[in-house]
Amino acid sequence: MQFKLNGKSVDLDVETDMPLLWAIRDQAGLTGTKFGCGVAQCGACTVLLDGEPVRSCSIPVAVVSGRKVTTIEGLGGKSALQKAWIEKQVPQCGYCQSGMLMAATALLARKPRPTDADIDAAITNLCRCGTYPRIKTAIKAAAKL
Amino acid sequence: MTTQTSSSQSIDMHLEAGQPSRRGFLKQTSAGAVAAWAGGLSLGFYLPPAVADKLATDGPQAGAADINAWIRISPDNRVFCQVSRSEMGQGTSTSLPMMLAEELECRWDDVRMEFASVNEHIARNKVYITFGTGGSRGTRDSQLVMRKAGATAREMLKLAAAQRWGVPVGELVAKQGKVSHVASKRSASYGELAAAAAEQKAPSDIVLKRPDQWTLIGKPLKRFDIPAKCDGSAIYGTDVRVPGMLYAAIAQCPVFGGVPKSVDGAAVLTRRGIKKVVTGPDFVAVVADNWWRAQQALKAVKVVWDYRGNEKLDDQAIMQTLQTGVQASRSLRSEGDFEATWAAATGAQAADYKTVEAEYFTPYLNHFTLEPQNCTAWVKGDKAEVWAPTQNAEATLNEAAKTLGLPVENVTVHRPYLGGGYGRRGASQDYVRQAVLIARELGGTPVQMLWSREEDMQHDFFRPAALYRQRAVVAKDGRVLAWQARMASQSIMEKIRPASLKNGQDFQAGESFHDMPYQVENLDMRHGICQINVPVGFWRAVFHSHNPFARESFLDEVLHAAGKDALQGRLAMLPSGGRDRKVLEAAAREANWGTKLAPGRFQGLAVQDAYGSFAACVVELSVSKQKAVTLHRITMAVDSGHVANVDSARAQIEGNVVYALSSIFMNEINIQDGRVTQSNLPDYPLAQLRQTPVIQSVLVPTGGEVWGGFGEPPYGPITPAIANAIAAATGVRLRRTPFSHDGFSLA
Repeated sequence: MQFKLNGKSVDLDVETDMPLLWAIRDQAGLTGTKFGCGVAQCGACTVLLDGEPVRSCSIPVAVVSGRKVTTIEGLGGKSALQKAWIEKQVPQCGYCQSGMLMAATALLARKPRPTDADIDAAITNLCRCGTYPRIKTAIKAAAKL
Repeated sequence: MTTQTSSSQSIDMHLEAGQPSRRGFLKQTSAGAVAAWAGGLSLGFYLPPAVADKLATDGPQAGAADINAWIRISPDNRVFCQVSRSEMGQGTSTSLPMMLAEELECRWDDVRMEFASVNEHIARNKVYITFGTGGSRGTRDSQLVMRKAGATAREMLKLAAAQRWGVPVGELVAKQGKVSHVASKRSASYGELAAAAAEQKAPSDIVLKRPDQWTLIGKPLKRFDIPAKCDGSAIYGTDVRVPGMLYAAIAQCPVFGGVPKSVDGAAVLTRRGIKKVVTGPDFVAVVADNWWRAQQALKAVKVVWDYRGNEKLDDQAIMQTLQTGVQASRSLRSEGDFEATWAAATGAQAADYKTVEAEYFTPYLNHFTLEPQNCTAWVKGDKAEVWAPTQNAEATLNEAAKTLGLPVENVTVHRPYLGGGYGRRGASQDYVRQAVLIARELGGTPVQMLWSREEDMQHDFFRPAALYRQRAVVAKDGRVLAWQARMASQSIMEKIRPASLKNGQDFQAGESFHDMPYQVENLDMRHGICQINVPVGFWRAVFHSHNPFARESFLDEVLHAAGKDALQGRLAMLPSGGRDRKVLEAAAREANWGTKLAPGRFQGLAVQDAYGSFAACVVELSVSKQKAVTLHRITMAVDSGHVANVDSARAQIEGNVVYALSSIFMNEINIQDGRVTQSNLPDYPLAQLRQTPVIQSVLVPTGGEVWGGFGEPPYGPITPAIANAIAAATGVRLRRTPFSHDGFSLA
């Protein structure tokens, strides 16, 4: 299975129906993307597929053949959102935050100046620790709103 | 209720010279154990032993001197602070170094955090006191020892300088990571003095700074663990990677107490990547080279379970047991004569009184740590290594050693981050037991066991369900004359710490009632322990997560019957000068309680103390015709005595509110045929970002010797404050969570 993972070509010898999440974590060895529910609800596994946020636990790896996948490791650590996440002290346990950052990255790419309603609609990932208020604040800070 | 901090005596003992040294520990321990701390957390997990060995001597801390068990200072002035408590997002791994640095007088930028090694703890006579991280104790029970450790180290650095310069130690000043002698204009950095300081005798007469002298404690400092949690580099339990490691998926008997009768895994052994099918005492596991392959194969393993007669239990039977428990409840606290007052109020003179009677119910709840239970284990002959996202690394060590029949010295425990804890991963080390049992079958190959979400939903140590029957008598003048609460639930302590029961009574289960602050002449607070075959454990705030809902909602019913305002009525019943009053008044003031609100908006409030702190909450909401509840603003005032890190404290208030919203409006665990009916988010949904209100935190610390906790205390008043506001808005009194039972949803 060939695809671009964070800008690099990878070729994984895996079953076509293996969910992208497990190809990324257990085969490609990138552990920043997390397993939470396995049914595309919690969003801990969110990655970008050609720039769009997808729940990698429920996407067969065959779907990404020849396409571009970006994970938290692909954001580089210095994006405006990542800086805002630190500045606003967003994470608590942090387990959901890779997925949150990917969803927020996709939102700002689509809407550089999102409204509250835009954020509410775009961030459907779940955080059990309750970092939602700070996520909202950090997205606005990164968007310089 | 307050919990005492660790005694000064034990703290001083742990600071004394003569403790086995870290150097000694290094000599006797395995190279693998060294890896856990030698290169700092991020390096520890991947290092082959040879590299770890080298790092221990040449790594980033080369030449670092142990001042005491908590502090190492490197020649370049970095201060490595050992943290024994776990970090699950509550901020303890930053607030404890703050305590230490406050007294050490080093530069904050020089401070680094490391998770203390439990193996070093064992080898050095339990030098770190405890690794338990629960009961909102992480900071409050460690703050004194950390401050003393910092102060002791500072004085030893000064003694080293005094010796070097031949001047009286009283003429020296320690500040900003330097010791200075003003008269001779000499100064030396802590890094220069560290090695000599480590040779000094620890002074026994240290004096700690007064709160008004603090420069770090109480400030909003940035947490050490956050940057790694923003770029994917933080290592959680599931992220541990050991060379050659395999992955295990697990199925436990869906009926509590059942065991595998027959297991046929022959068909899956030929599948790609499948290595082994392991049958444990109460589980079946498939081991593969990829977790998904293991999980897929597990579904095809033919397992017949022996339910051992436990398959009859259901919600109805549980309710009957709880009702019997209420009837048989025994006194936790009794004042005056409730029954006589009730008899009078319902007898010939009934017209002179008002009586209120109500039943409340709260269901079992799942912790829902976003990272499912997992543990990585490597059993190598008579030695083992374990990587666990644990709230108590020492309990992990003991569980692994006991399960494998090994001395604790032969087991090494590594401490990755926790993807949520909330009480799930401390007292219950089931995931550790399973992982080492699976690893033992693999002939020296490490394995990571990870539960599916469905396993995690069905095999928790659940928040116990509880039933409450309350009665109250109000006099003609509106005074609350009598209050009885009869409560029934399972006891958590009965299983975990039976010695904590008094005369067979579990006071933890009755907290919020037997210790209620309201002054009522005739009080009768009771609890009945029920035996039900559902595993229960510490859920965030434990019984303070639901008992305050019954207490503070019922009190609103009583005050309503008495014709009193919820705030004024409470204040009239609270002793003057009490901390409950202070937080109530602070929250009410901030939320403009009692002033005219926008049309359609209503308020509710509640107060509760827990874990040494006091919290009051005011909720402002509106309710649509379809019973959709829009939360506009939640104001929370907390008095925790002192505040360690202001920003972390505010985050805990926000976190408690959001955590509570799911259980208030959405969550319950139901039992049918001896098993949990819920399996994943579609039937156990969580609150979303769009549903989160504006949360205002008001910190009103009142000082004093005893520090309160912060991870759980804000939880108590949230549920009743929302129920009280909904009652104000609609006239409907909600006496059961989740509120979805009565058709109310979170907009």
